[in-house]
Amino acid sequence: MSSNNNGRDVIKTVNAAVSEFHARQEELIPILMKVNQELGYIPTDALERISEAMHIPQSRVYSVASFYHMISTKPTGRHVIKFCESAPCHVAGGKAVWDALLEELQIKPGETSPDGKWTLKTTSCLGVCAVGPVMMVDDDIYGNIDPDQVREILGKYE
Amino acid sequence: MKIKRSMVLVSSDPHSIEKGSEEIYSRLVDEVKAFDLSDEISISKVSDIDRVDASPLVIVYPEAVVYGPLSPDDVHFLVEEHLYKGRIASRLQAPTKELSGKIAWITARAGTLPAEQRIVLERAGLIDPDSIEDYIIHDGYQALGKVLSSMKPAEVIDVVKKSGLKGRGGAGFPTGLKWGFVADAAGDKRYVICNADESEPGTFKDRLILEGDPHSIIEAMAIAAYAIGADEGYIYIRGEYTLAQTRLVKAIVQAKEMGFIGENIFDSGFNFDVHVHGGAGAYICGEETALIESIEGKRGEPRPRPPYPTTNGLWDKPTLVNNVETLANIPAILRNGADWFRSFGTPSSPGTKVYTILGNVNNTGLVEVPMGITLREVITIYAKGMKNGRHFKLAQTGGSSGSIIPAVLQDTPMDYDSYAKAGVSMGSGALLICSDETCVVDLAKVLLNFFRFESCGKCNPCRIGNQRAYQILNNISEGLGSTKDVNDLEEISKWLYEMSNCGLGQTAGSPLKDIMKHFRAEVDAHITNKVCPAGVCAMSGKTTTTV
Repeated sequence: MSSNNNGRDVIKTVNAAVSEFHARQEELIPILMKVNQELGYIPTDALERISEAMHIPQSRVYSVASFYHMISTKPTGRHVIKFCESAPCHVAGGKAVWDALLEELQIKPGETSPDGKWTLKTTSCLGVCAVGPVMMVDDDIYGNIDPDQVREILGKYE
Repeated sequence: MKIKRSMVLVSSDPHSIEKGSEEIYSRLVDEVKAFDLSDEISISKVSDIDRVDASPLVIVYPEAVVYGPLSPDDVHFLVEEHLYKGRIASRLQAPTKELSGKIAWITARAGTLPAEQRIVLERAGLIDPDSIEDYIIHDGYQALGKVLSSMKPAEVIDVVKKSGLKGRGGAGFPTGLKWGFVADAAGDKRYVICNADESEPGTFKDRLILEGDPHSIIEAMAIAAYAIGADEGYIYIRGEYTLAQTRLVKAIVQAKEMGFIGENIFDSGFNFDVHVHGGAGAYICGEETALIESIEGKRGEPRPRPPYPTTNGLWDKPTLVNNVETLANIPAILRNGADWFRSFGTPSSPGTKVYTILGNVNNTGLVEVPMGITLREVITIYAKGMKNGRHFKLAQTGGSSGSIIPAVLQDTPMDYDSYAKAGVSMGSGALLICSDETCVVDLAKVLLNFFRFESCGKCNPCRIGNQRAYQILNNISEGLGSTKDVNDLEEISKWLYEMSNCGLGQTAGSPLKDIMKHFRAEVDAHITNKVCPAGVCAMSGKTTTTV
């Protein structure tokens, strides 16, 4: 896909999101979430377009986009892993699972693997603490993980 | 492992010992053995009960019956009647007197588990959350109808005040008082916000209410709006809770179709509309002023307070912000009255509380029980004991707003007053129960890592203090601590509390304060002897990166 096409896609996505939620300040976060969901992150030209369409300075749009954990301003891999590092998961054996995950992926938290397949993030509580340790791959939640299961779980994703 | 069905506490303060409590304890053990009940009954000693008039005394849970003053000769009868035959040995019962502050004293108990009492989770799991008809059949929208047809707004606030309901989000502020503040604030536009940004680690009570009984929140918000004179509401819900969002949106559509929200509800002239606003992943947005900023489409940075949202909230208008669990109590209170609500829990903290039980126990999950049950009860009965027969060391009561509670406080009733007296906080109701395999330095490190990650960065004490405290703890866990560190951690904890702008920073130092207060020897062992007594910390002697 040429960069030109890509740019048009971005603009189309932004326009659709803005008209779905209306160009009001209080809809900025839902709009950013929608664009993030469609494109995987908020590219610079999306920031520009949102700023124009909503009459909000681009710096302000960026400051909001970079504040929230569920909105990314950097490209992510095809699959995003979110590992819960809050106390309940830690006490239930989370550290060993985390070490196994690092060993398997060979990337550091916040990084994307060189082949563009995985992005590894740590997250605060996911609200399923009774089955800790917990991690999320894209929209799938895995609970009661033991270190031996890490490879098997990752193997489900292309 | 064998699950205990009952729990017996024997007073063993000096006064009781003098009067023969040791003899009572050993006879209890023998009698329980004689009736072949040892596997089912746990017997513990407990000091400082503050009932000299009835000492030596014995308390039997889950019924929380107090017996005393007892003599060793009463023990056989007590065991035979109460523990073997299962009826209360009324002739041995102590005179009724409130025990709040020292040990649990429960007024009403019912439910499928020994002390379970469901008010906010009454319908969750029993009704189809996607069906408004199902909700209506189960008393749904009855309270709203009653309020709109027969009560003045001030009367509604009065009932909530009389019920003694306190905010269930963590701070425990009296709900009726807050409603009154908003109703009395100047201006003609007001808002009701439901705080559904549940992100305290270990807490998922609100998710169950939202997913299992979404209409109860809409009904409660409409009642609150009527009471305070608002016509618009927002439900601010965590971005991660997508199922709850979907169900709420659907519930709102159904309620509008049926005329429970919208214009001129029940022909009363009262209008109310409610919007669902999704979060985008920020723990700080559970703080009410940050939440309001986020609804307005800004970074979720807390505002300086005062002014409080009760006068200057959303769009600078008077705003009522209530937690999901708080709101879920409202329809039942209005249906059944304040006195009914006061019959549950303790006199200072009426009602029930939903606890999430986590950590090194056999049974994790969630219970709704009357206010004032004890940690020992939670561990012995609901959590079915410690995993692998380990010993209970401490409990952490949830994210930022809680405390680290050492085992010596496990008989303190969990209600707002008793915990405040003991210098600890209940927080949001998450009970992370840790065994003796948990290291306090490691636990504090994980908690501080959470705070430095979630600090919004607006004010310096929180942004820098949490980072610095984490580095110090990390060094201690690697065996690189120095005696000066203890002092530094104490100071950081104090500064965080005194100088931070909002509740996140103010409570971020409490794990530091708590481990120094209750587990100082364990921290010192890391620093002076370079040993982690629980064998958890790496103690590698090498510096690790902490960014």
